[in-house]
Amino acid sequence: MRYLPLTRADRAVMLETIGASSVDELYCDVPEGALLDAPVDLPSHLGEMQVERDMQALAAKNIGASSVPSFLGAGAYRHHVPATVDYIIQRGEFLTAYTPYQPEIAQGTLQYLFEFQTQVASITGMDVANASMWDGATSCAEAVLMACRATRRKKAVLSGGLHPHYREVTETYCQYSDTEVAGRDGNPEQQATVEELGELIDDQTACVVVQYPDVFGRIQDHTQLADLCHAKGALLVVVFTEAVAFGAIKSPGSFGADIVCGEGQSIGNALNYGGPYVGLFATTQKLVRQMPGRLCGETVDQDGKRGFVLTLSTREQHIRREKATSNICTNSGLCSLAFTVHMSLLGEDGYRRLAILNHENACKAADAIDSIAGASVVNDSFFNEFTVKLAKPAAEVVEALVAKGVLGGVPLSRLYPNRSDLDNYLLVAVTETNTDEDIAALASALKEALA
Amino acid sequence: MTFTTHTGNRGLVLEEKLIFEQGQPGRTGVDLPEPKGTKSRLAGLDRDSNVGLPGLSEPQVVRHFTRLSQKNFGIDSGFFPLGSCTMKHNPRLNEKVARLPGLSDLHPMQPESTVQGALELIDQCAHWLLVLTGMPAVSMSPAAGAQGELCGMMAIRAALDARGENRRRVLVPESAHGTNPATAAACGFTVDSIPATEDGRVDLAAFEAKLGDDVAGIMLTNPNTCGLFERDVRKIADLVHAAGGYFYCDGANFNAIVGRVRPADLGIDAMHINLHKTFSTPHGGGGPGSGPVVFSEALAPFAPIPYVVRNENGFHLVETADENDGMKPFGRLKGFHGQMGMFIRALTYMKSHGADGLRQASGDAVLNANYLLARLKEKLSVAFPGYCMHEALFDDSFLKDTGVSTLDLAKAIIDEGFHPMTMYFPLVVHGALLIEPTETETKESIDQFCDAVLALVAKAESGDAEFFKNAPYLTPRRRLDETAAARKPVLRWQPETA
Repeated sequence: MRYLPLTRADRAVMLETIGASSVDELYCDVPEGALLDAPVDLPSHLGEMQVERDMQALAAKNIGASSVPSFLGAGAYRHHVPATVDYIIQRGEFLTAYTPYQPEIAQGTLQYLFEFQTQVASITGMDVANASMWDGATSCAEAVLMACRATRRKKAVLSGGLHPHYREVTETYCQYSDTEVAGRDGNPEQQATVEELGELIDDQTACVVVQYPDVFGRIQDHTQLADLCHAKGALLVVVFTEAVAFGAIKSPGSFGADIVCGEGQSIGNALNYGGPYVGLFATTQKLVRQMPGRLCGETVDQDGKRGFVLTLSTREQHIRREKATSNICTNSGLCSLAFTVHMSLLGEDGYRRLAILNHENACKAADAIDSIAGASVVNDSFFNEFTVKLAKPAAEVVEALVAKGVLGGVPLSRLYPNRSDLDNYLLVAVTETNTDEDIAALASALKEALA
Repeated sequence: MTFTTHTGNRGLVLEEKLIFEQGQPGRTGVDLPEPKGTKSRLAGLDRDSNVGLPGLSEPQVVRHFTRLSQKNFGIDSGFFPLGSCTMKHNPRLNEKVARLPGLSDLHPMQPESTVQGALELIDQCAHWLLVLTGMPAVSMSPAAGAQGELCGMMAIRAALDARGENRRRVLVPESAHGTNPATAAACGFTVDSIPATEDGRVDLAAFEAKLGDDVAGIMLTNPNTCGLFERDVRKIADLVHAAGGYFYCDGANFNAIVGRVRPADLGIDAMHINLHKTFSTPHGGGGPGSGPVVFSEALAPFAPIPYVVRNENGFHLVETADENDGMKPFGRLKGFHGQMGMFIRALTYMKSHGADGLRQASGDAVLNANYLLARLKEKLSVAFPGYCMHEALFDDSFLKDTGVSTLDLAKAIIDEGFHPMTMYFPLVVHGALLIEPTETETKESIDQFCDAVLALVAKAESGDAEFFKNAPYLTPRRRLDETAAARKPVLRWQPETA
């Protein structure tokens, strides 16, 4: 087997040094009858060529989102990833390193984490960010738990504009920790006002969670809500699913958000059928010690040179055990590197231009769709994703579009399987990767499907 | 010869500033078309201030990250015997396959008809895990080992709730990884610690004495964090079941027994598998991981959504708790459907090895660890008697009176060109040194490591503590001041204010 270097002669010499007669003898502590004496019922080893062929056959049964005009979003977005990103993250020194517990030989990882934290804090408009979480949905759940710790309260209010997966994960995380989750149902036709959300805040409310732009694509100013939360002793958590957006819209930090968290996949990371992605998590200086996850900090070495280390680990499970701020251990290291490299390539000008291009393409597509009989764009405002009301159930329309070689969007029934009132709504995302021809193909396919 | 250079660089050891200290306004590493100036529909919230990102060209970015990479030690660089972390070779084929069009570019919300190959791949990966563990069910969604633990413990909590029982105490051995107690706490359980015996296993009598009708279950790592197989694992399973509790097995060390022992034969109810350990998906400097959880019949109905099933139309992804299929999922653990990119790599690895190769891999891992143990026990103090599994554990009594600590020795090992072992874990052993060579290391590299460690121990015994206190000497940075970092945390770059 090509990965296993020991020869028969090696094994014999090693067993002799050990003083054992066989490898089986080394398993002498395994209970009677539990040690298998033959391989399990699975195929035997294969050469590289055969394995690749097998896996290619599986890949060939799919329609890749980059092979057809594709307009899917709802928390995962197809963007162009520069070739440099994939080259850098495949360098063995990054790919095959461990969590940087030995800082003297992990300055590469530690320095990019410090840069990553700075980038995340910059785009969200916050003081500090951590070294990443698993994904946007788990970041949201951890933000709620953090708000409960920071305020010593036990209730979270979730806005109806929050992605249903984020809501479900938050409810799952809270269900066994006596944390009440209240909230409003999502409604693409009407946005909750500050007053309506405010009514749900009581003296046990730790935080209000809003999404910006929200799951239906709408953009709303949350400055007043932040003030209201703070007046009632609660925190404002702002969640996002599209990290490119902050190149075009004001940062959540400018509203006075206390925690900003969400999905970083859009920058540097492929769609990967839903994972691995990278959770971004930022907060204020005041709350830094309540944060979950790893943090990288600046320091000096014994020669006085600047260097970086993991820090504030007294919050974490390996020190605090059952009293830790979270059980998270491994995070999304390599995905955060991809984010950092892509963001470094973009820079100020590239990041902002990318965002504007996304928005302009989305405007173009929205106008094209709005002119089709039986389709109307619901949103007044949006970044690169908007909701369309159709004359037919959206899931059927999407299937019809597949037959015409277009991945036309995400039907809201996929996200809200129990909300038959949302069956006719379609969520359409448009990025810089969509050409004018793509948009024309979508419009014409949609026209036929609705005719 | 020591002298200072004008640049601060020393030959190939290159100093590298932060990207924020290198950029120039107006520079960029991407070429994007000019926007057309469309009137925005951003609710009047158009960004009106700079983000604060530096501008760099593509070659600057490539050089920056290449230089950073050269300050890192990875498995590709050298021997990396970090105990409990399983730093085995990460095959490049896995990376290539994960990037195939039709896999890497699938959107998670595509219609099922367009992702049948992806669902089949998840199903195949699940099938391998089920056969290797002998268990009847698996949840593929957990994002990492710690979330796998959460998945298992939440299933236990849900099963207890379904039985109408208010059991809240979870027994956790002292030697457990920190995520175990942290996870139990996150599920609303209280943690009750079980002591270890003098031979590094669970104290069966103490365990039995702690059982009661308020015990939800036990979280036991097997092989355990001392690198030992829990001899009494079946008795522990029987006892906890007889007391009405469940057996959660932390499968972090499954790599020692894969293809040789099926956890189902040991009586477990749930176990997570770290794909980044046992099945070689890259550690990536701290993730992403993936932690599928196998379940017994008793816990299977409570597994979270989503999951893949096969029906007459092909593969189907169940995404809602309301499908009337007898399942009672406890909820959802992450967005979308799990770490697909990691399933691809793990399945590629499993197919490459096959049933025969996986069995060989675990056997060689255990052989390498025992060989290293046999060679080092000449000078190092073995923590517990007998054979080890995939990793060898020593305490620091061999350093007594030398003035050298485990940490000092590890830093000197860095100068020898190795990544050090895991230190001070597990907590049950004083000054622990946990060394895991893995099956992908040659006898030659293990010999070189052992020779170096034995020579260093001889140097420590000769009274040269000062040498160790100041190690490492040859790294891009020497020992870093962690106390200062924590006292006044600087967690981001800030522009200098005038």
